[in-house]
Amino acid sequence: MKNAVGRDIPDYLLTNGKEVYQGKNYMDGKYITKASPKTRRYEKPQESKVVATIADALRQCNCKDGCTFSFHHHLRNGDYVANMVIAAAVEELGIKDITVAATSLGSAHDVIADYIEQGIVTGIQTSGIRGRIGDVVSAGKLKTPAIIRSHGGRPRAIEAGEVHIDIAVIAAPTSDCVGNCRGIGGKHNCGSMGYAMMDAKYADYVIVVTDDLVEFPNMPASVKAIDVDAVVVVDSIGDPKKIASAAARISENPRDLMMAENVAKVIASTPYFKDGFSFQTGVGGPSLAANLFLEKYMDERNIKMGWAIGGICGPMVEMLKKGKVGKVIDVQDFDLDAVNSINQTPNHFEMSASQYANPANKGAFVNKLDFVVLAALEIDTDFNVNVLTGSDGVLRGAPGGHPDTAAGSKCCVIVTPLTRGRMATVCEHVVTVTTPGDCVDVLVTDYGIAVNPLRPDLIECLDNAGIPHVSIESLKEKAYSLVGRPDDLQWEDKVVAILEARDGTILDVVRKIKPYTVDQE
Amino acid sequence: MEIRKPASAGTLESSDAMVTVEPGTGIELSLTSSVMNQYGRQIKKTVLETLERLDVKDAKVTVVDKGALDCTIKARVECAVFRSCDKSENNIDWGGVIR
Repeated sequence: MKNAVGRDIPDYLLTNGKEVYQGKNYMDGKYITKASPKTRRYEKPQESKVVATIADALRQCNCKDGCTFSFHHHLRNGDYVANMVIAAAVEELGIKDITVAATSLGSAHDVIADYIEQGIVTGIQTSGIRGRIGDVVSAGKLKTPAIIRSHGGRPRAIEAGEVHIDIAVIAAPTSDCVGNCRGIGGKHNCGSMGYAMMDAKYADYVIVVTDDLVEFPNMPASVKAIDVDAVVVVDSIGDPKKIASAAARISENPRDLMMAENVAKVIASTPYFKDGFSFQTGVGGPSLAANLFLEKYMDERNIKMGWAIGGICGPMVEMLKKGKVGKVIDVQDFDLDAVNSINQTPNHFEMSASQYANPANKGAFVNKLDFVVLAALEIDTDFNVNVLTGSDGVLRGAPGGHPDTAAGSKCCVIVTPLTRGRMATVCEHVVTVTTPGDCVDVLVTDYGIAVNPLRPDLIECLDNAGIPHVSIESLKEKAYSLVGRPDDLQWEDKVVAILEARDGTILDVVRKIKPYTVDQE
Repeated sequence: MEIRKPASAGTLESSDAMVTVEPGTGIELSLTSSVMNQYGRQIKKTVLETLERLDVKDAKVTVVDKGALDCTIKARVECAVFRSCDKSENNIDWGGVIR
């Protein structure tokens, strides 16, 4: 069945009330019954929940075949915890048929790809899918199709009971002996623990893994002892070099800066750019650099940013300290400046993934967002964006908060170079639709700006400000004139990944790629 | 042109291609590319057309492409072929077979 972005979704996936994507805000006003976990009572006072090993904790938490584990990705590419827990479950307890439900997976988790190939990990639910896991899933080696959700779609699915977490594993920079966890104060800090909060509330069992056991009570706790079954102390939860970079640098690449300047110009031309406006930006080159140029316009007009959300990095903290932004609300930290600021700098707060982006709750932050500046791997002439699959059809990205912020914000700006190497970023049809075109408003490239025809009001803003813009078709033709028109990818029937829209409908599927070989005619 | 000895041109940098030619019988092409699924057919076509233009009938050709544009691939094939018969030093036929 074709959905609202023209993607053909196989009928066999449309069971148990699953629907195809119908367009923005389709689920508005509908009701959900929230799922609830079955948790153990700890009525008798416990001095400590510390157990000797991860295997002991897993046994205590009734770990058995078919178990769904949840992990959160605040330790980013430095994470050791997910691998340690899966290895203990498989090698020490002999657990089979495991589902890994992570907020994101990266190249830190390459060893999980081995367990997929061995048929031990049989389900993957995640936002990010990269590295070897992306390769083996793309090659059709996972027993069930991977389910890809946005950061807002995941808490929605957990609340709706579409994913039931048996054991949530919390990678905690610090914990006390009963499981009050924080992302700061330890040896390997990550700052916000926003993605872990929902998991701890909705899992049957919660295991905290830390490398810094601190004195009780560890306050203010991000994950609280009331939800924790066991605490395990390990040598190291991660590689500090890969958890948070020293500082997110603002790009010096002139092409990035040119695009960033145009992003700021576009933003400043809209009526939403007024005192107290709200903003989110990514940490990619041109997206982050947009901060710099935006500040110039803010100074010129003597206005301040009301609040900023998202993954947070140093330059935003800097603006908070200078008083140019009122509040920063933070679901994840990207560099040490942000890690060291959360809950320390006044008005730098932590929030959960649900508070950030869940479309089924009663008021996520993204819904109040004026502007979001985002990157793209590909964008097509219907303004659909792909941030999940490479142009070769292999899984190597993450929807993250992209679809959530695009849908919630009043003005969503995509900034991307027209081509990357031989890849046309602006193309006829994206490989996978991760953010539907009806949520995307403006495209800024190094060869010109295009405004979504669904937004005549924004076209008028740009015209009034004298900002030149062209049709997205002309940008696509320009890209193809540079790199050549790519051949259509060849696919097998087998679906290797299901991409859920943030509302739970099916936005797209990724099939197994049929690679081209030179002997093929 | 006759491929007299092994020769190569290009690099493995992003947006370049490394082309190696060796003596052989007929055209034997081996191709790997970072953009194989989208551009493999076009790269193959470009390589074969360039060899034909240079009148190379017998060669073992290895192309390791890192997302090079067509013009780069042509230039790397031309250079490798010219080097293989020691014709790359001077009197290159600019505007003739090299275009």
